[in-house]
Amino acid sequence: MSGLSSGFGVWNPIAWALLFVGILVVSFIVRSFGNKGYKRGTGQTKVFLSGNDEPETSNGLHVRGDHLYWGMIDGLSAYYRRVKAWHTGILSDYAAWFVGVLGLVFVILVLAR
Amino acid sequence: MTALTLHAPILLVALPLLGAFATPLVGKLGKGARNTLIGLIVLAVAGLAAMLAIDVFGSGGIPTVYELGGGTFTFPLSGGQVPVRILFEVDGMSAFMGLITALIALTGAFFSFSYWKERSGGNLYFSLFLMLIAGVFGMVLTGDMFNFFVFLEITSIAAASMVGFRVWLKQSQEAGFKVMAMYTLSGLFVLLAIGLLYGQYGHLNIAVLARSIQGSLTDMVALGLLLTGLAMKAGAVPMHMWAPDAYGESPAPMSAVLVVNSQASLYGLFRILFTLFGASISTGTVGWILIVLALLTIFVGVTMALIQSDLKRLVAFGAVSQIGYMLLGVGVGMAVIATRPEYGLVAMQGGIFHMINDAACVGLLFFASGVVIRAAGTRDLNQMGGLGHRMKWTSIFFAIGAVALAGVPPFNGFASKFLIYEAAFKLNPFLAVLAVLSSIMLLAVFVKAFQAAFLGPRSNTSAHVSDPSLGMMLPMAALVLVVIVFGLFPGFFVDHIVTPAAKALWLGRDAYINAVLGG
Repeated sequence: MSGLSSGFGVWNPIAWALLFVGILVVSFIVRSFGNKGYKRGTGQTKVFLSGNDEPETSNGLHVRGDHLYWGMIDGLSAYYRRVKAWHTGILSDYAAWFVGVLGLVFVILVLAR
Repeated sequence: MTALTLHAPILLVALPLLGAFATPLVGKLGKGARNTLIGLIVLAVAGLAAMLAIDVFGSGGIPTVYELGGGTFTFPLSGGQVPVRILFEVDGMSAFMGLITALIALTGAFFSFSYWKERSGGNLYFSLFLMLIAGVFGMVLTGDMFNFFVFLEITSIAAASMVGFRVWLKQSQEAGFKVMAMYTLSGLFVLLAIGLLYGQYGHLNIAVLARSIQGSLTDMVALGLLLTGLAMKAGAVPMHMWAPDAYGESPAPMSAVLVVNSQASLYGLFRILFTLFGASISTGTVGWILIVLALLTIFVGVTMALIQSDLKRLVAFGAVSQIGYMLLGVGVGMAVIATRPEYGLVAMQGGIFHMINDAACVGLLFFASGVVIRAAGTRDLNQMGGLGHRMKWTSIFFAIGAVALAGVPPFNGFASKFLIYEAAFKLNPFLAVLAVLSSIMLLAVFVKAFQAAFLGPRSNTSAHVSDPSLGMMLPMAALVLVVIVFGLFPGFFVDHIVTPAAKALWLGRDAYINAVLGG
């Protein structure tokens, strides 16, 4: 009732969930062996920035949405230049893509007949 | 079969349609009366869809035929009779789509009661909401090609109006116009195809046409028009450009309904390929057309989502990519239907199971996005941050929807993608590699959205926000429940609702025809 079988692979979410809970329990046990002398608000909790002082800001620091994956997006810049160019936002371009695909599908269907 | 179940197909269309016209009138009595009417309608619709599904799935997949203004014929017909009246024909796939529509209608309506509480134009909003639901039910239940077109147009009109609903925003007006133009183009091509089929065979009934179609050149032209028109309305790349505009600019609950509208077009595409043209096309060729469209949709959808900084458009591109997984599953099934049935059915199960999983996950994400955007006062992820400190439940709901859509176990998205990956791998390992890679990228997309909106230190903008009212929380919680239950017990749902739906398409062509015309 729970699991799925594709005929060549099996997925049992209940077993997976039990395993996940077991790993959490083990993690908690390992954590309990940690340093009991940990104190909040002391140097122990200070951010380590290669020995430099943590910069102070009034609102705190937050990594904004566009700051994530900039390296990956930059690495794919050639791809993104082309794909963004498709998305012109111009209605006649939308229709042109539609008609282009229609023509291609016609050719394939007729040739395969 | 009870009288209610017998008349369920027409009631599923008539109730929301009549409700759509009654809403502005009842709305004059006040919001309470209007919401009561709409609540009763969506509850009735959900009950009827469930009854119909139980009846169809319980009968071993034998389609139910309903004749409008019935009593003239007894189905199946005999002695060469052909039906001339409007027919609804409900097999496993139609009943399955009815369940998806009912789920989103129910949660969307109740979410909207609170979401739209303080805004003007509620009567028109709910009127369009019900009209769109009626159109979707009509598309998935009808057994007649011309009526399919009529319901397609009803959804198009309601959807375009809904996208452009906020006329005071220039982006909404532009998006509404684009959606209207593209849906009209799609509708015209579908109508032209139906005209070609009617001109050749003199019938509009799907069962009659399915038995008549010979695979002539004209048939292939009609098939091309239908395939492209419906794939465009489903949001398949490269004909998807209207979709981020539509999902992004419509009110949040309507975005979820628009996704189901796209799925109804996908249903139409599958019905036409398997039932109408199933015996007269090269299934391998058409299967590979679907697979190529699927790969483009998955990859372009995900990569475009990655670079969005507008939360609604990010979720919208994510929703576009998921249409690709459905196309991939069904495309693989179609490509191997004649040669490798042992994994063709698994592929179909995966693609079809992903439809209901996608509806729940994307619905949840659009609801949560609407709540977040309203609280933050902006859609720009670069302007958000720290919302999770005061919106704990919303952040949990968003996270569950996101990881489920990305296919992280043990949620429902993984269960359907597991079947798709496995079957696609058997056909060609490259398909599975690209599908898995894109799922990982989708997870990265939602990590970005979650990090940008909910994490980070408390700020002035996040100081006064809070979780929404119970009226919005409960519909989101209901979808979370679906996500978790479908994820933990996928075997039960695949056995009882997905497999009958997949078999109705994959193996049920003769049963669909025979239910109307007899053996």
